[in-house]
Amino acid sequence: MINVPAKELSPIEIYKYLPRTNCKECGETNCMAFAAKLVNREAALQECLPLLDPKQTETFSKLWALLKPPVKAVEIGSGDKKRKIGGEYVQYRHEFTYFNPTAIAIDVSDEMSDEEVEIRVKLVNELVYLYIGMKLTLDMVAIRCTSNDPAKFEAAAKKVAQLTDKPLILCALDPAVMEQGLAAIGDRRPLIYAATKNNWKEMADLALMYKCPLVASSPQDLNTLKSLAKTLKEYDVNDIVLDPGTFWDSGISTTVDDLTILRLKAINEGDEDLGYPLLGAPMVAWAGKEEDPLVKEWNEAMLASVLVTRYADVMILHSVSGWSLLPLIFLRQNLYTDPRKPVAVEAGVKAFGDVNDMSPVFLTTNFALTYYTVASDIEQAKISCRLLVVDSEGMSVESAVAGRKLTADTIAEAVKNSKLGDLVKHRHLVVPGRAARLSGEIQEATGWTVSVGPMDSSGIPKYLEEKWKPTVD
Amino acid sequence: MAIKKKTETLPISLDILEALAKFQEIELSDVEISFDELEVSLTPGALMGAPRPRAQPITRPKPTSLIEAKLDIPIKDYAGKIVEVKLGATRTEGGTRGKSVVIGGESVPAYYNFQQLPPHKPVVAFDVFDWPKVPLAKAVKEHFKDVLHDPAEWAKRCVEKYKAEMINLHFLTIDPLIEDASPSAAVKVIENVLQAVDVPIAIGGCGDPKKDLAVFTAIAEATKGERLLINSITLDMDIEKSAKMVKDNDHVAIAFTSMDVNKARELNRKLYDYLPKDRIVMDTTTAALGYGLDYAFTVMERCRLSALKGDMELNHPMSSGSTNAWAAREAWMKMDDQWTPRELRGPLWETITAQTLLLTGVDYFMMMHPAAANAIRGIIDHLMSRESTTETVEWVSIKI
Repeated sequence: MINVPAKELSPIEIYKYLPRTNCKECGETNCMAFAAKLVNREAALQECLPLLDPKQTETFSKLWALLKPPVKAVEIGSGDKKRKIGGEYVQYRHEFTYFNPTAIAIDVSDEMSDEEVEIRVKLVNELVYLYIGMKLTLDMVAIRCTSNDPAKFEAAAKKVAQLTDKPLILCALDPAVMEQGLAAIGDRRPLIYAATKNNWKEMADLALMYKCPLVASSPQDLNTLKSLAKTLKEYDVNDIVLDPGTFWDSGISTTVDDLTILRLKAINEGDEDLGYPLLGAPMVAWAGKEEDPLVKEWNEAMLASVLVTRYADVMILHSVSGWSLLPLIFLRQNLYTDPRKPVAVEAGVKAFGDVNDMSPVFLTTNFALTYYTVASDIEQAKISCRLLVVDSEGMSVESAVAGRKLTADTIAEAVKNSKLGDLVKHRHLVVPGRAARLSGEIQEATGWTVSVGPMDSSGIPKYLEEKWKPTVD
Repeated sequence: MAIKKKTETLPISLDILEALAKFQEIELSDVEISFDELEVSLTPGALMGAPRPRAQPITRPKPTSLIEAKLDIPIKDYAGKIVEVKLGATRTEGGTRGKSVVIGGESVPAYYNFQQLPPHKPVVAFDVFDWPKVPLAKAVKEHFKDVLHDPAEWAKRCVEKYKAEMINLHFLTIDPLIEDASPSAAVKVIENVLQAVDVPIAIGGCGDPKKDLAVFTAIAEATKGERLLINSITLDMDIEKSAKMVKDNDHVAIAFTSMDVNKARELNRKLYDYLPKDRIVMDTTTAALGYGLDYAFTVMERCRLSALKGDMELNHPMSSGSTNAWAAREAWMKMDDQWTPRELRGPLWETITAQTLLLTGVDYFMMMHPAAANAIRGIIDHLMSRESTTETVEWVSIKI
């Protein structure tokens, strides 16, 4: 099968294999529209019911091969709590989009106190940050065997499994220890870490017995890593994750190289032996030198951020500090956002809560992130007001003021076009603090009384309480 | 498992596809299966429940030892190369700096060290403002609060205490809406800063295209030969006058555009009429982590990859105002205990914003917090390390 990169696949190539009957069973008006959705990965092949006819198996297989990602999707966990990793089509996000955000696991060890384990698992369960209408969270718990005692490992695995229904990773290089862990929680379908050149056969047998995904690990030796992946596949292990080793300090250069090479081979060269999700362990930043734990947390966050940027699909961290995890979960969200989606929202007047003709009017730009940040602040504070969204060609307030996309003239035009004057009786406009320098000019151009609002929209509730005095001039 | 008319997960539910692919095996093993039977077997639960009617797989021996495989390292294959740009001039080079620095020169994507190490280290420069009232986050301000009134002292602090490789001197007082300070006043400030430190200097304006040009011109003439980095020339400035001012006085310019690859090309193209290529650094705008970093990242990544593929209008070193990270409220805001201390959260925010763009190939960073600048210098050193092997950390079994 010719490997057509996702970014180059055209709807025509898909269309020619579809029934071309325009039966509409998939919900699209015709087969061409369905083909376009398939190419954008917005529809699944099995939505085409005629293709499910066993007589169509060959055609179905052809299409599947055309549409399947060069990096296999691997599921960790069971039931509705399972988490998919990999399933990626491109190396650079602008070529298409990334699909399955890097899964973040926090570690516990089988020698930690019960209390410590509980605190750490609770963090994975409960950490959440609201960001433009989305919940940023952690994904998994990794249980490490530091005791080398199968019974302790089993007990730790059991305990964690009771504390969380998030997917789990079992980490032990001794197959006898791993077996005990799997006996306890194998039904949760944990990710097994790891098969190495020394233990691969025993680990592969365990992975097959418990139907679990398996990590192939070969630090600093990509030839052996490829050998392992090829061998495991021949051994009938299908759900494989690759670990080329993670290094900090001067080793970061090797880590970036290895992850980049693996992803490049899988996607640009179609090397099927390497077409699997990648694992990183930023917690290596905790090893070695005696430093302040804060420094280690800082380093781990930097290393983890490098891994998110450079193609890791799952990674294991040790830090449980919000200040170091927050930028990381932001970065992951940012890079896995679909770049095909528009940057700007529609300009015009948006109403929040129960507005009347004396409700305050705020102003912002139509950059999606700016708009959603302001909107979510207003909604969370349960404020009734109007928001005049000015077309700044999708730039934030600060950039739009500097780039002269948000000017007295563009604002005056927005006031006029939106017929804001018909919606409210007063003539008061609250402009963002970051547009303060324009306030005089805006007042002149619009004829409205302009007040300078807070620098950040999180200050809107306080601002309204202290400054907003509705009057009709 | 069930065949559903609509699947909620994208891109494709592989378990379903795998189940369907099994029919192929069934056919191969010569088992008749009718459409009716198929429907029955696909009712929810049926396929997973009772002993699964597995097709007899074609028996093949399982491997007993590792199958040898070799991974061929992808070879370098790029038509383009980033131009090298020299910043600052020493006495022998016509200026007064202690040393000059060169950025750019890459011929492979950022940190594809398996193909080629970057020829020059990216530079981390510190921001200095000429206006003591510049709004700064508390975490930043505490490092400079006693020098805010004097840009020369501020620059000295950055160089002597925090080992700044360059200084970005931003002229805010010239803004007609702030103090409308005169070009000659700005010249005095730059002269003081040039006296106080001997690293190369970049100068920034207030964003008013006319005023910036007037001030840049006065400074450029007064500091002829210093190879200042003029930050910046924009599409709405008088391009001819701006470019000539840079060239005639032997300086370098940042071509600044707002997150748009085509506009970046357009500005460079216009500058080529007057300015040699090795006098242009490009800045396509840096947005903060969480507030548009993804756009900034992708525009830079696209520019660099296009340049390496041979686009001759984009093959310039890239600059990033990573200080913009502080526009993210999470960098400075008081938050619940869970996210404290903000004294660390803020500089880490700036660090990760800069680091993410470093990985697209940024050559010149404007930064503010000493810890963030230090961290970026550290990761640059590590990324450019020639060490090929490192000790493997047995993280599975380490006790922390």
